[in-house]
Amino acid sequence: MKHDDTLSALIQLAAKRFGADASQLRPEDDLFERLGIDSFQAVELISDLEDKFDVELPDYELQGIKTFAALAARIDARR
Amino acid sequence: MIDWTYEAGVYELVLAAPPCNEIGTTMLAGLQRFLAQVDPDAHTLVIRSGLRQGFCAGADLRELYRGLCDIPQDQHAAQIRGFIDAIHDVMDRLDMLPLTTIGVVHGVCFGGGFELALTCDMLIAEKSARFCFPELRLGIVPGFGGIPRLRRDVGNGLIRDLLLSGRSIGAKKAHGCGLVSQIVAGGEGLAAARALAAQSAKFDPVARKAAKAFIKKLPREELAEERELFVRLAQGPALFAALKRFVESTDLRPYLP
Repeated sequence: MKHDDTLSALIQLAAKRFGADASQLRPEDDLFERLGIDSFQAVELISDLEDKFDVELPDYELQGIKTFAALAARIDARR
Repeated sequence: MIDWTYEAGVYELVLAAPPCNEIGTTMLAGLQRFLAQVDPDAHTLVIRSGLRQGFCAGADLRELYRGLCDIPQDQHAAQIRGFIDAIHDVMDRLDMLPLTTIGVVHGVCFGGGFELALTCDMLIAEKSARFCFPELRLGIVPGFGGIPRLRRDVGNGLIRDLLLSGRSIGAKKAHGCGLVSQIVAGGEGLAAARALAAQSAKFDPVARKAAKAFIKKLPREELAEERELFVRLAQGPALFAALKRFVESTDLRPYLP
């Protein structure tokens, strides 16, 4: 999957899970702020991402990642 | 906070203490109340969370911090030891109950919550479940008997990974390494546990109890060793500083390891 495809799939997944309009989400958006994700939802999102993209995402590699684009890049790096 | 039902030999113990079933003195007292009345003729105990957020986020760090702030430093060790001794007693009794115990896990299953889950004979994980030992972030090791219990079930490599990285693992990986018995879709954990309880009801009670006693022993020496290590580390400055950071944090995601 190319980076743009990962990014698109990530935005679709996050929008569906958190009831947002995917067309309104941008790659550089802060996904936690934009979607209002709390600590518990963030943990569940990691599981969703691991299942969807068939990767392992150690929590410590996700620290500091805020945007959809950065998260998509991290997922790609693990594939 | 903690509630349970008992019907046809099956206890269903429901944890429902927001934000995510943190284990402090109130939860401990609830578990003690439950254990004091368990009918030895029951055949199954199902432990689950009634909260959306997850199974259990671990020890009640806010209560621990407040408790330590309220007393002089030279009394910290006694305070911590008192709580750890009480929680070990509860966890050991849950572990050794003469009935089949099933943990139903979803969402966060961290620290002390993971240790509570590990007292169960079998774990049913909904897909959202994540398991984690974040204790090193606090300058301590898991103190509720988690590591000795986990050593009964999985390889040392996975334990080192969990303990020394502090990362969380999902239901799929936990299932792959034998930590979890079954994975089910979100919201289906209780139904799967009830089906398993119905299966357990079919077995001869003497044989069922003997089978559990045969295969599941309490790792007493390691539990005692862990308790001492925990109390020693908990007296260091790292724990108090980490608790202060946690309590004062305005981060929306303080639980992330």
